[in-house]
Amino acid sequence: MDGNKKIKLRNFHQAKWDEPIIFELSTEGERGILVPEVGKEIEECVGDGISQLPEDMIRKKGPALPEISQMRVLKHYLRLSQQCLGADLNVDIGQGTCTMKYSPKINEVLVRSPKVTELHPLQDDSTVQGALDIAYKLDTFLREISGLAQFTFQPGGGSSAIFAMVSIIHAFHEVHGEANQRDEIITTIFSHPSDAAAAVVKGYKLITVYQNEDGLPDIKALKKAVSSRTAGLLITNPEDTGIFNPKISELTKIIHAAGGLCGYDQANANGILGVTRAREADFDLCFFNLHKTFSSPHGCGGPAVGALGVKDELICYLPVPIVEFDGDKYLLNYDLPATIGKIRGFLGVFPVILRAYAWIMSLGAEGLKEVANVAVLNNNYILKKVKEIHGASAPYAIGRHRIEQVRYSWEKLTKETGVTTEDVTCRMADFGFHLWSSHHPFIVPEPFTIEPTESYSKDEIDEYIAGLKKVVEEAYDDPEKVKNAPYQSVVHKIDLSSLDDPEKWAITWRSYLKKHKSSR
Amino acid sequence: MKKKQKIVHPYIPNSVPKVKAKMLEDIGVKDIDELYNDIPESLRFKGEMNLPEPLTSEYALKRHVEKILSKNQTCEENISFLGGGCWQHYVPAICDEINQRSEFLTAYAGEPYEDHGRFQALFEYESLMAELLDMDVVNVPTYDWCQAASTSLRMAGRITRRNEILLSDTVSPDRFMAINNYCRPVLRLRLVKHCPKTGLMDLDDLKLKISVNTAGIYFENPSYLGFIEHQGKAISDIAHEEGALSIVGVDPISLGVMMPPSNYKVDIVCGDIQGLGIHMNYGGGHGGFIATRDEEKFVMEYPSRLFGITKTSVEGEYGFGDVAYERTSFAVREEGKEFIGTCAALWGITAGVYLSLMGPRGMQELGKVIMQKSQYAIKKLSEIKGIKAPFFDSPHFKEFIVDFNDTGMAVKDINIYLREHRIFGGKDLSREFPELGNCALYCITEIHTKDDIDKLVQALSDCLE
Repeated sequence: MDGNKKIKLRNFHQAKWDEPIIFELSTEGERGILVPEVGKEIEECVGDGISQLPEDMIRKKGPALPEISQMRVLKHYLRLSQQCLGADLNVDIGQGTCTMKYSPKINEVLVRSPKVTELHPLQDDSTVQGALDIAYKLDTFLREISGLAQFTFQPGGGSSAIFAMVSIIHAFHEVHGEANQRDEIITTIFSHPSDAAAAVVKGYKLITVYQNEDGLPDIKALKKAVSSRTAGLLITNPEDTGIFNPKISELTKIIHAAGGLCGYDQANANGILGVTRAREADFDLCFFNLHKTFSSPHGCGGPAVGALGVKDELICYLPVPIVEFDGDKYLLNYDLPATIGKIRGFLGVFPVILRAYAWIMSLGAEGLKEVANVAVLNNNYILKKVKEIHGASAPYAIGRHRIEQVRYSWEKLTKETGVTTEDVTCRMADFGFHLWSSHHPFIVPEPFTIEPTESYSKDEIDEYIAGLKKVVEEAYDDPEKVKNAPYQSVVHKIDLSSLDDPEKWAITWRSYLKKHKSSR
Repeated sequence: MKKKQKIVHPYIPNSVPKVKAKMLEDIGVKDIDELYNDIPESLRFKGEMNLPEPLTSEYALKRHVEKILSKNQTCEENISFLGGGCWQHYVPAICDEINQRSEFLTAYAGEPYEDHGRFQALFEYESLMAELLDMDVVNVPTYDWCQAASTSLRMAGRITRRNEILLSDTVSPDRFMAINNYCRPVLRLRLVKHCPKTGLMDLDDLKLKISVNTAGIYFENPSYLGFIEHQGKAISDIAHEEGALSIVGVDPISLGVMMPPSNYKVDIVCGDIQGLGIHMNYGGGHGGFIATRDEEKFVMEYPSRLFGITKTSVEGEYGFGDVAYERTSFAVREEGKEFIGTCAALWGITAGVYLSLMGPRGMQELGKVIMQKSQYAIKKLSEIKGIKAPFFDSPHFKEFIVDFNDTGMAVKDINIYLREHRIFGGKDLSREFPELGNCALYCITEIHTKDDIDKLVQALSDCLE
């Protein structure tokens, strides 16, 4: 039977090319690519072009970029790519909260079409009906998934979507003459850091509600925090702990009663698709990260989309333009009376919109629910297995199930062996795995967060668990071995000391040469 | 309707019934629904999501999406003269080769050990941009130019502890909308007039408006309207005399031939990397850069990731890590500088590949050829009766205003005519700059051949005849 397959931990070694910095590959005179020629006729007609520049605007000395032939540039970057562990290569369940699921390759084929790449965002609507069709349809899909009324794809990531939410909350109170009075935003400690940080960018005073002994936001503390100064609530659910807050609508009720608006951070909605929605919990706004739940690849950290939805009454505040359909053709509407303006140039990252569209089209309503169900199944399976590992624990909600992820703790392991989360993370790299700690501050001591999504088979999950077990075994037998890891990764223990020292930090190669190679 | 047999979806391995059953057994529950016990009935979605029937075969999905996409008409199928913040430049094949690699495409937030390549590639991006900009610090890219400019202004506010920003009134109106939303209500924005003849900033108006409250002065060079602002040093001097910062948005593609802003005493430089080896992607190819001098007071105000180079326990081995991580919202939530999250890293890596390929001579030759071709277009367009190009009496880089006021035809109608001849005419400016009347913003890059430009000239001549 499948369940009893023997799991073998890999004798892994990541590619290690000892690759120089690109500037070290430079040989004077080499060329990587040549640019289109101007042609004799144009040259004869206008001359050298540059002499039209005002004398003091001409760059006298060329930029000190490296000079490298084409194949060598290719090889350099291919080598760097091999020194990077994408989700396509590992059992990527250790970057909890990041929803590292499979990004289907067919969607990459689709986004590489010139029908996508060679579109200019200012083309006439009549020439981009395909693109607008897809954006419009995805909007209608997300309305179904959230229960809200209209979406925008402008925010270029989850944090930007949070900022857009807080901008709309601000604009709403401005229109209602209460912007000055309502100067506080409430969030919770297990909500994403940007829920806190973006509110402050918009000029708000921030109140953070901490968790109770159950790991959920303390309702008493929330009630205390609410007043006539409350502009709104920004909250993740399930929070980073993976615990669904059953009292979420009690929270929105409290905020609404005080006259505030509620923004739902659903960056990661992977465990609840088709199960529960922003609407049922009475949220006014919500957003989904299309690069998380909706399968667009993470791209080392973008490009991305934080798709932001609002209920009917807030459509007029959305950033412009929004995509509409008049029954015959798709068009861009710039005419929203109370719009916050723009969050990003143009319409958003279209390739990401397209991938999310294709992903939903491949699954349908039932498929989306299956995604959520299996993500939750996988997560609770891991929860069971991790709890069996000596030294690991899953604080809060004891005996209860979790949604899509769990924030665990190595507190016991650290106490008994001195091996920390960071050490385990480094050693896991030796087996070809990521392991992520947690957002700061570390409320859970020695935290680590695992989120399996729906994409990995039971065998793969078992392999990852075997990796954790192996590292823990080593921690008890020979803690130094874990503490000095990694050994089989690309590089060895990194000296972080210079990175916080203005005299020594080097954010660019030229700065490095000035600070560390000045004797040359 | 016959109930369809439940499929095992290729993207969801553990939907195999046997595996599911085994896992449920291990967990100790009867069914998956039990795992959702924490979600009360009142919060459950009782209905069915009204979504189209899925296209479960990859082939059907491909056919379906390609059919929709076929409705698009591209800038390859037509000759496009659109610019205005997104530009059609040539994308070297290697740029796509690298950004399509699984390793980069599907990586995210790993540690600088197993994701060493991501750190090095982005450190190199920072370093290559630093040479182009002639500045010592560049961030890991933010979302786009809108965000880069917005953050630059907020940085200026924090550095100077002042709350007013002066901006040239020729800044892109869309970008201004984004800046305005990002800065309000913390910073006050005031526009500085331009000279109607040249487009250049009106220095008298600037001197009138600058005060001890001014945190910074922002302008763009080349400007959104294409002309080159050659008073950069004078503007920076005026800013510095009042204790304010000078901030410039720049098109990096111009910097092979144009003086980088740091050379005219600019403190913060920002802009967009889309032109550097990234397809337009209907506005999805953007990434914003911010550059400053390597001074603590600047570095500590960046919200972005800043990847720095360091050493490891092995002699001669390079390691990387986050510089001054404690400034970020990742580290200290609302105490951090603005916020940080997923932005546009893959485009940063791509721009690094582009600059590595181009080298100093590539960037110089590119700048030159763009200027030559745009001057050729200006010359030929000016020969058409009724057309004036450029509108402003100043040198231009790759974009310029074509003035159709004396043609008796609206830009909208001219562009319809051009579209019928497979040409995307310049952006209609009548909504954004009503005072210009009937004008359009045209963009010429290295991709335009003499033939392309001649076709435009011919079509416009025929249209206006």
